[in-house]
Amino acid sequence: MKILVCISVTPDTTSRVSFKNDNREYNPDGVQFILNPYDEWYALVKALEIREKSGGSVTVIHAGPVQHEPMIRKALAIGADEAIRIDVRPDSSHAAALQIAAAVKDQAFDLILTGKETIDYQGAELGAMLAEWLALPFVPFASKLDLEGSRAIIERDIEGGVQVLEVQLPAVVSGAKGLAEQRIPNMKGIMAAKSKPLSVRDGVPGEDLILPAGFTLPPPKQGVRMVAPEDMDQLVRILHEEARVL
Amino acid sequence: MKPSQREDRYQHHDYFQVDELLSEDHLMARQVVRDWVKKEVSPIIEDYANRAACPTHLFKGLAEIGAFGPSLPVEYGGGGMDEIAYGVIMQELERGDSGVRSMASVQGSLVMYPIYSYGSEEQKRKYLPKLGTGEFIGCFGLTEPDHGSDPAGMTTRIKDAGDHYILNGAKMWITNSPLADLAVVWAKDEENTVRGMIVEKGNPGFSAPEIHGKWSLRASITGELVFEDVKVPKSQVLPGVKGMKGPLSCLSKARYGIAWGAIGAALDCYDTALRYSKERKQFGRPIGQFQLTQKKLAEMITEITKAQLLTWRLGVLANQKKASPAQISMAKRNNVHMALTVAREARQILGGMGITNEYPIMRHMMNLETVLTYEGTHDIHLLITGMDVTGLNAFSG
Repeated sequence: MKILVCISVTPDTTSRVSFKNDNREYNPDGVQFILNPYDEWYALVKALEIREKSGGSVTVIHAGPVQHEPMIRKALAIGADEAIRIDVRPDSSHAAALQIAAAVKDQAFDLILTGKETIDYQGAELGAMLAEWLALPFVPFASKLDLEGSRAIIERDIEGGVQVLEVQLPAVVSGAKGLAEQRIPNMKGIMAAKSKPLSVRDGVPGEDLILPAGFTLPPPKQGVRMVAPEDMDQLVRILHEEARVL
Repeated sequence: MKPSQREDRYQHHDYFQVDELLSEDHLMARQVVRDWVKKEVSPIIEDYANRAACPTHLFKGLAEIGAFGPSLPVEYGGGGMDEIAYGVIMQELERGDSGVRSMASVQGSLVMYPIYSYGSEEQKRKYLPKLGTGEFIGCFGLTEPDHGSDPAGMTTRIKDAGDHYILNGAKMWITNSPLADLAVVWAKDEENTVRGMIVEKGNPGFSAPEIHGKWSLRASITGELVFEDVKVPKSQVLPGVKGMKGPLSCLSKARYGIAWGAIGAALDCYDTALRYSKERKQFGRPIGQFQLTQKKLAEMITEITKAQLLTWRLGVLANQKKASPAQISMAKRNNVHMALTVAREARQILGGMGITNEYPIMRHMMNLETVLTYEGTHDIHLLITGMDVTGLNAFSG
């Protein structure tokens, strides 16, 4: 089983968010970046579990600059066998999917896994776009995945229950919570990662069809407002009209 | 177990960009341990410290991340990393709790290290891999009830009885001893030479009662080692070392880790106080805006930064096998005292909240009182520096 895992990089959740270039660009200065948790905890670990059970190899791929290599090394430290970095700075899922599709279209992976979304932009689009370009089936938000021969049996959490799907491999699957358990790398893994192959390739030309036009921050948090116990009408009014939770 | 409701919001502080002096491996190792501490230690540590209970389940996790003997070779259960990696791991563990760091430093520096350095090949193969995976927990017996700063005066003895020795004596203040599977014990033979040996639990005459009533390192278990006519096969004696060099080399290794570790405790106190000073308002403004609070915070980060630079240099020397015991003494003494001072100042910034277990400061402060004393007291390390610079020995004559 030859498995590809698409990994993305996102700001750490404790990072302060700011923008530059007339609020059109995210400002990465001083920001600590991490592997996108959905890619790391679920997609990557599921791929490692499949390899441990059925053999094969796990390749991770990332479209991003050299500054992201420590995060790629972390994926190798957790257990991936090799890594590919496409030396581009994609501005959208569309651009990232285009690059990854171009890089892997001739490599015959049996299974392509990715997290259900990145925790910053929450696009949840990459898997679908990649599947389209590679002409493969796509199953989003898998919470369980078992292999039966050349098919994958996939469970998805849906409103009020679970949907079970069967898909012929090769396929693209995006992983959600439940697909696997987070693994923290250990010191031996960190040392082993140093000698694992990390190849770098140039991107392919492609037009960015979607460009960010602007960002706005949410309004600053309001302080606590006290409502007198006898003034229930006022509390109901605030919850209804301002907080809009009633 | 009652998990803490308080989220661990720790962020690293690196005022002089010392991180640029670290390699990618060091940074990744540090992040791994930081993630592990936030996930496994922070939510439970206040509760365990409050109950004076040892979170023994953490031994398995410490082994899994590779915190036991990270700088020993992989074939003997270590991580194959360098001394700076070992240092940053200890720093992150102690950022969580000095007791958790002690669990790891005893196993790595005081048990695995002497077996690796002075053990026979058979001893290494038998014990090191299992110590590395946490299957065996070890402890280190040097200090005695009547011999703390003067370990060479020890009265624990071994007597030759043919194919084995008979061990008699008692050791005191032994981290991990009540739950350890084996102890590396230092005792004098009939020629008054200090020898090291591996004594396994279950040996008749060997017991390890727990010491209760500690107001410090409450989440770490401490005990005695009592030997009454314990038969120790000669094959259990470490063949590679004779004399005080054996235990002292282990202590150098552990003190090196403490020099790094103490910075972790200081950083956690500073980070807590800095955040609190921006959130807590008095007289209509954040207390961080007052000059006296700023003085405390500015002095804290200055001292932390000096310690970070001193310790980074010590790490480079250790990697080159050039770090002298006296240099390690200076760093251990300076950094632990610095951390204790930072903890006390940070406690003041938090006011009354600083004394509760809603925040980690008081726990760190109490822990650091032990760290100031164990592995060579604050005063003894001063005299080691004094002896090193004058060439005159203040301990004898």
